[in-house]
This record gives sequence, structure tokens and C-alpha cells, in this order.
Amino acid sequence: MIGVLFGITMFKSEAASWFRIYEMFKFEAFHMYGIIGSALVLGILVIQTIKRFDIKSFYGEKIVFTPKAKSFPRYLIGGIIFGLGWALAGACPGPMFTLVGAGYVPILVVIAGSISGTFLYGRLKDKIPH
Amino acid sequence: MKLIYEPWPWYIAGPMIAFILFLLIMVGKSFGMSSNLRTLCTLCGAGKTTDFFKFDWKSQKWNLVVVLGAIIGGYIGAHFLSNDTALALNPETIADLKAFGFESAGTAYLPTEMFATSALLSFKNIVLLSLGGLFVGFGARYAGGCTSGHAISGLSNLQLPSLIAVIGFFIGGLTMIHLIFPLIF
Repeated sequence: MIGVLFGITMFKSEAASWFRIYEMFKFEAFHMYGIIGSALVLGILVIQTIKRFDIKSFYGEKIVFTPKAKSFPRYLIGGIIFGLGWALAGACPGPMFTLVGAGYVPILVVIAGSISGTFLYGRLKDKIPH
Repeated sequence: MKLIYEPWPWYIAGPMIAFILFLLIMVGKSFGMSSNLRTLCTLCGAGKTTDFFKFDWKSQKWNLVVVLGAIIGGYIGAHFLSNDTALALNPETIADLKAFGFESAGTAYLPTEMFATSALLSFKNIVLLSLGGLFVGFGARYAGGCTSGHAISGLSNLQLPSLIAVIGFFIGGLTMIHLIFPLIF
């Protein structure tokens, strides 16, 4: 159900559109910045509230946030590579799948590419700086 | 109800994403879509040759269910909740894209030049889509997350690494669109 909600949101907000990603990187519309920005502000509020009041999950368990490992090169270089692909394919790993459901066949090529890319990373992991 | 059929404005979509983040946290999970690509590798048998893919994929099954949901959501969004999926882009963006040969700018959801089924007949297009995907997959794992994992989950948790990654996303995206697009289109 959460996934369905996510898929509908990605499609209806046009965040799954190649055009919107292009427009975002051209700084010619506020739309994508509004989506990410407002999600972020509310996300910070949600997480800080959960932390401060030690809110338990729906199942009564303690909620643990795993901090990201400290490093610089992997985030910057990995981020740049991701950004190049994001702008070219116009889709990140969530919306990619949404577009399958929407019926765009060529997105399967992008998904195949991204699975290959992930596999390639797995193979090269120990040879590149982290 | 009529509003649902229109494209959703950012002030609906953004809070919706935060709500999804909240729901995932409250069921004891985290919001990150690119991890699924790793799980899919493992399912394809990559664990036999590469340690990185040797993990208990069943622990990630919930996330694959989210992916399945995202696919269903895309189907619902496109077929039942939309009348017209053409995008109202900035006219300047449309003019720029037409100059690159994207005639479908402003009249479609995705550029038909790349995403219509007939676009699979273009060798160049297949190469571009594959490369785009390859970079997304490689970069997301190298950086340890994608838009959902870093820009939303990570930054919401005030993680410096996520900020570095998001800055990287933009350096990459801006380079692609401003420097590389004029060379390839």
C-alpha cells in the first residue's frame, strides 16, 4: 500500500517525468524544488519529533536511525555519477518502476542498465576509493 | 475529486513523500529505493560470484513489495487518475528542448523520442538509455543511496554524507544537461 501511494505520487506529481528533471537542472521551474524541499522540511520535523519524544513504531519497537558512514570521495564521486545518469535517463530508482506501470516499454532498458550498474559496482567495490 | 485528475502541485506531492517516509519509519523500515537494485542483482544470482551480493535478500523483501506497489501506483496514476498527461513546462524549457530535436516537449509525459516503444528501434537511443541506467545504478550504490535514500531520508536525518551526495547529484546533473546534452543531441 505504501508503495502504491508512492507510485501514484511520483506519477501524478510529474517527478517521474524526464522533462521535469531536465527543467529542474535548468533551474527553469520551482516544481521539483518545491516537492523535494517541502518533503525535506516535513521529513526533518518527522524524524526530529520521533527522536525527541522517543516515539515507538506501530509495532511498539524502538525506532533506530542508522547514521551514514563518514566518508567524502564515495559520496561526491558516486553522487556525480548518479547525477549524470539521472539527468540522462530522467529517472531515479523509484520513478523508474512507476514508469513501468505507466506502460513505457523503453524504461525497461534503463532498469536493465541500472541493475548492470549496481552489479558492476559490486564487482569493483574493493578497487575504488570509499 | 476533479483535482486528483490534474497534475499534483508540489505542495501536495512533497508532503505526500514526507508522509510515505513517516509510514515507512513507523513500520520499522527506511525509505530508499536503490537498495532494491542490489536485491535484484542477488535474485539474479550475483551472490555466487560477488560478496557484495551475498546477503539475505529475504530481509529486503518488504522493499521489493514497495517496488511492486510503485509499479501498480504508476499504472493507476496513468490509467485511472489522469485525463491528460502532457506537461505544462516552462516555455523556455520547451524552446530549448525543441532546439535539441525533442519535438514532444510540452505535449507528452515523457519525450516520445526516447520513451515511445518505437524509440527502441533507434540504436543511439538504446545506448543512451542503457548508459543512463548504468550510471544511475553504479552511482547510487557507490554513493550509498539515491534521491529517496539521500535527498529525502538522509537529509531529513541531517546527515552530512547525504548533503555531499546531493551536491554530487547536482554537479552530475548540471554537467550532463549543460555540457554533455549539446554534444549528444
